[in-house]
Amino acid sequence: MPAVALTVNGKPVTGDVDPRTLLVQFLRENLRLTGTHVGCDTSQCGACVVHVDGKAVKACTVFVWQIDGANITTIEGLADPNGPLHPMQEAFREHHGLQCGYCTPGMIMTAVDMVNRKGHDLDDPTIAISAAAPATITS
Amino acid sequence: MNATGIGAAVRRKEDQRFVTGKGHYTDDVNRPGQCHAYFLRSPHAHARIKRIETKAAAAMPGVLAVLTGVELAADKIGNLICGWMITSKDGSQMKMAAHPAIAHGKANYVGDPVAVVVAETLAQAKDAAEKVNVDYELLPALADPAKAQSEGAPQIHEIAARNTIYQWHLGEAKAVEVAFNSAKHVTKLDFINNRLVPNAIEPRAAIGEYDSGSESLTLWNTTQNPHVARLVMSAFVGLAPEHKLRVIAPDVGGGFGSKIFIYPEEVVCLWAARKVGRPVKWVAERSEAFLTDAHGRDHVTHAEMAFDAEGKATALRVKTIANLGAYMSTFSSSVPTYLYGTLLSGQYEIPAIYCEVDAVYTNTVPVDAYRGAGRPEATFVVERLIEVGAREMGIDPADLRKKNFIKNFPHQTPVIMTYDAGDYHASLKKALEVADYGGFGKRKRESARHDKLRGIGFSTYIEACGIAPSQAVGSLGCGVGLWESAEVRVNPTGTVEVLTGCHQHGQGHETTFAQVVSERLGIPLENVSVLHGDTDKVQFGMGTYGSRSGAVGISAIVKALDKIEAKAKKVAAHMLEAAEGDIVFADGKFTVAGTDKSSAWGEVALNAYTAHKFAGQELEPGLKEGAFYDPTNFTFPAGCHICEVEVDPQTGESEIVAWTAVDDFGTVINPMIVEGQVHGGIAQGVGQALLEGAVYDKDGQLVTGSLMDYCMPRAHDLPALKVEMTRTPSPSNPLGIKGCGEAGAIAAPVAVINAITDAIGSEDLAMPATAQAVWQALQKAQDRRKAA
Ligand code: FES
Repeated sequence: MPAVALTVNGKPVTGDVDPRTLLVQFLRENLRLTGTHVGCDTSQCGACVVHVDGKAVKACTVFVWQIDGANITTIEGLADPNGPLHPMQEAFREHHGLQCGYCTPGMIMTAVDMVNRKGHDLDDPTIAISAAAPATITS
Repeated sequence: MNATGIGAAVRRKEDQRFVTGKGHYTDDVNRPGQCHAYFLRSPHAHARIKRIETKAAAAMPGVLAVLTGVELAADKIGNLICGWMITSKDGSQMKMAAHPAIAHGKANYVGDPVAVVVAETLAQAKDAAEKVNVDYELLPALADPAKAQSEGAPQIHEIAARNTIYQWHLGEAKAVEVAFNSAKHVTKLDFINNRLVPNAIEPRAAIGEYDSGSESLTLWNTTQNPHVARLVMSAFVGLAPEHKLRVIAPDVGGGFGSKIFIYPEEVVCLWAARKVGRPVKWVAERSEAFLTDAHGRDHVTHAEMAFDAEGKATALRVKTIANLGAYMSTFSSSVPTYLYGTLLSGQYEIPAIYCEVDAVYTNTVPVDAYRGAGRPEATFVVERLIEVGAREMGIDPADLRKKNFIKNFPHQTPVIMTYDAGDYHASLKKALEVADYGGFGKRKRESARHDKLRGIGFSTYIEACGIAPSQAVGSLGCGVGLWESAEVRVNPTGTVEVLTGCHQHGQGHETTFAQVVSERLGIPLENVSVLHGDTDKVQFGMGTYGSRSGAVGISAIVKALDKIEAKAKKVAAHMLEAAEGDIVFADGKFTVAGTDKSSAWGEVALNAYTAHKFAGQELEPGLKEGAFYDPTNFTFPAGCHICEVEVDPQTGESEIVAWTAVDDFGTVINPMIVEGQVHGGIAQGVGQALLEGAVYDKDGQLVTGSLMDYCMPRAHDLPALKVEMTRTPSPSNPLGIKGCGEAGAIAAPVAVINAITDAIGSEDLAMPATAQAVWQALQKAQDRRKAA
């Protein structure tokens, strides 16, 4: 069982994990951070996107041992729990950017990453294409 | 209207938890001592199960139980059932084959569960499942519904000769024949309404838990109708008496119909939880969802429309084979019959209609209701025939529609339905303006300059929502009533809880239902909570599907609010020392008519509970009322969608360049949410038209079994949508609501196909109209032209 140490939402965490444990399983099952959801088993839906060292990553494509030492932000850590929403969370709410809410955490984390990467270069076509192809660990 | 009342685009209350990751979906629930179930499924479409060897698996680390259909039968766990009885034209009843939760003796589709492994961890359950040895004897498989009834086709269930479940019909065959004999023009079409995989983003999941102290079971489940699930699992499957079975449907991540049905997995989780004495959790993987969620559509249809010399439709004749898959799912039988045949009049005055539907078994996953359920299929039939008829007769498709529209209401169609209200001219007219129909020729010429083929397609659809009057559906074979319930609980401080039998899985009921209460009682939105999805909280309810929550669910709330107001007025009369009849309630205030004497809502609520100002023996203390609302009719949302496409003749690629939707949903509670429903529906309809199609090969293997092989619509597949509304309130419920959840998915597919066929000048195009399909249709049309 490999031992891993990560920083998740600003807090150090450690764990002994079965080598086949995916990052998303570690977050949901070991840390009980259930805001990140699983929508597929082929790494295509983007529901599971979190930030690994500041970049959007599908948490279902990564074994947790692969990213030992990394800094992870999940939807739970995007904004101060006692403060206002992150502007992207607020924008999703304000513009009815969600219905059932299941993939929403992944979409918000993806959107934040898009803004981080592209800033003011974002226009509608770029958003449509980028939303269709969220980043993976290799990008 | 107050700022948060009916008609206000207020932002959704539920979003706070969803955007912060604090939603609670079934897989987010973890019970103390929980273990995990993994289903071993048949890799064969049709096979006899000769023997299942489970010993080696049971000895694997962490394994608590390995269970098969043998144990299930031994424990007398009942079969899953279909709850809508259809009678064939010869008077015989539909042929419902036994559907055990774990296959027993024979597996009938790829994905049919044959064993379940319960273990400490999911990984251990999966590892152990590899050690289960199943001895199969392969049988010839049947996947194509068009071949199901042929001589020599594999026989799937003994009860259904030639795999035929029923041969149903509706309408007047004779009158139709007479009309066809004197027709000036007849338009004939053959088409397949392609099979779809629902793909709600949250995969199905279940946790079963047994409490031996109270001998009761609890199920957390991704269901759209927890009470119906409890009823079926209690009365038919026999897991526990109803009062000893609690079903909780927490936040649910989309359904589109696929989460209405009662599936094998939740039955097994409950059964296994009692057997192992631990909570048992199962969560579908996406690949598993592809194989086991009930699919949608899958019709093979021949249809003909007769026209007179003026272009008036005189008759419609439809013959459909509907694939219901390997077993009859919960409401499967109603979809290609009473949700399909009854809508074949469209928005038109068609004097005679005759529809025949043969439902068949195949070795594929069961097929049941999927967003629109029967109505997209009906709309496709009617709107293709009208569009092609217009082209064949050289009449503008908008004009042909106008000529045939129903103008007077109520209107009795030849296929059961009485349309209560509508204005089809108004929605068409508005859509023509918004889409700039007059400028289409110019745009087409511009496209041609860039070597693109431009086409325009209409869909003036109708649907029946707000299901449904219980007596009426009962007379048509439905096993349940389709009313809805509500309970309004006013607290002493004046805040309100509304309990509803509807269930939200994306619709925003926590907001819209609260808006109705806010408007009626004049209290802030944040003082209202909407509770749903728990059989221990809500006494009974029929759930959410068929765009019924507004028309039926809100109507029940209105009925309960009527009672609340009546009771509160009595309390206020005592407080204000006035006659009950003199109390007026408006803007959250009870006033004695013609005076300035008044009591605020909160004061009256408090007095209802302190009961100091009236004799509690004469007027009951408290302020809580319930209601069951049974609708008087279906509602009939209708509208006009116009799709404009550009096709690249070199590649066959179609791009939707413009979309206009003008819908008549009657009264709208929250226009932002309604627009969102229209957007989602159109996206799903475009998915069906351009991208999606479940394909089984001849051996019954699903070859489109992942998001890699089954193409879902993405943001860049859709243009910016122009969504507008017209409003003729429904006279059939107190607020005039019609329902909006399915309209987009009903209207869209045929609008797209009408547009592409217009662009390429050929009607011979199947869904999904992929680049390959369009390119081939273009080549065929060219070859035909060359040969001519
Ligand atoms: S769960 Fe679908 S991409 Fe990760």
